[in-house]
Amino acid sequence: MTAVLTVSPDFSHDHIAGWYVFNTWLQRRLDMRVHLELFYDFPSQREAIDRGAVDLIYANPFDAATLVRERGFTAIAAPAAKPDEAVVAVSNGSPVAHVEDLRAGTRIAVTIDPDVNLIGMIMLEPADLNRENTTTLHVDNYVIVAKKLLRGEADVGFFLKEAYDDLSQVIKRELRVLVTSQISVIRHVFLVSPRLTEHRDRITEALVGMSAGGERDRGVLEALGVRGWEAIGAEDTEFMIDLMDTLTD
Amino acid sequence: MDDPGRSHALRHHDGAERTVVVRDEEQPYPDGKLIVSRTDPAGVITHGNAAFVEMSGYSIDELIGQPHYILRHPDMPRAAFADLWKTVERGEKWHGYVKNLRKDGSYYWVYATVIPNVRAGVVVGYTSVRRKPSRTRVTECIALYAKMRAEEEGAPT
Repeated sequence: MTAVLTVSPDFSHDHIAGWYVFNTWLQRRLDMRVHLELFYDFPSQREAIDRGAVDLIYANPFDAATLVRERGFTAIAAPAAKPDEAVVAVSNGSPVAHVEDLRAGTRIAVTIDPDVNLIGMIMLEPADLNRENTTTLHVDNYVIVAKKLLRGEADVGFFLKEAYDDLSQVIKRELRVLVTSQISVIRHVFLVSPRLTEHRDRITEALVGMSAGGERDRGVLEALGVRGWEAIGAEDTEFMIDLMDTLTD
Repeated sequence: MDDPGRSHALRHHDGAERTVVVRDEEQPYPDGKLIVSRTDPAGVITHGNAAFVEMSGYSIDELIGQPHYILRHPDMPRAAFADLWKTVERGEKWHGYVKNLRKDGSYYWVYATVIPNVRAGVVVGYTSVRRKPSRTRVTECIALYAKMRAEEEGAPT
């Protein structure tokens, strides 16, 4: 059989080549045919999951919940020291000094990243803001979120913290952080479908061993922008899913 | 800490009685953080994250093994917690604004969500996640809870 590997559509496009490198590495390491299928939007990927056409997935926490509880997938690993934290930022010239200064009608620039958008909205709750009394501007990536702020086309922007940190110094000088989340337990995870249950342990072993592996293994990690993989147990995943559940109404 | 505080006697649903000292001093909710704790099915604390420990004013060792009502502030109406337990025992999610008591008698407001942790169809405990509340809703709750407390007056706390 050929297993299908896919990646959450909110992955950084800087790492597209890295996922192909990882796919090749995985095939060699497992001696198994693996096909990488990338989706650029969530509906297309969810449709493939519904068809049972996905066997291995690096999923965002939202999809992980559905995959584990409704599709019988098992989360086996997560990138080390890479929690999904969100930044709410404004342009440097904004009169808004604190979240509580924001008012109904606030225009928010966002990407498709669902957990960043969820955490971002939670961080606006102290200002009585919600989806109903704000306007959301969906854009393709975090650089465009920043540009929306700089051009005055949005009042606040939601960023994945990692993406915010990676913005150029020139852009960051023009922005100001209002609040950064410090949640630490919400993160993307690598999951295996029930069809690959018999291979689960050796896939876990292969991933977790990468950081202690040779130069080639470390090169693959670098291409993915990941320091290493940590094994995660069933209860770690269930806890994260429970936590996500408390954040969604 | 100039305010010596006022003593309140509390009686809990399990029959436990204790006296707490409360002070009229609010501890601001830390921006960007979630306060997370878990209990067993009886409401005894089994886990707490760093924000939970920091905001409670207790050490982690003082919290683990204690009933979650160690954080109960006497300004909270009993009906709010009765509703919480009734809701989660039905297997549903509970949301509410809560005034919590710190070890030193000061307080902090949160917006809390509590869910049952279901594993293989069995409730093995509860997770409570608190986030920074809307100030408008807190102001509304101060008045609402005072009214509810007044109505409960005369009944055991």
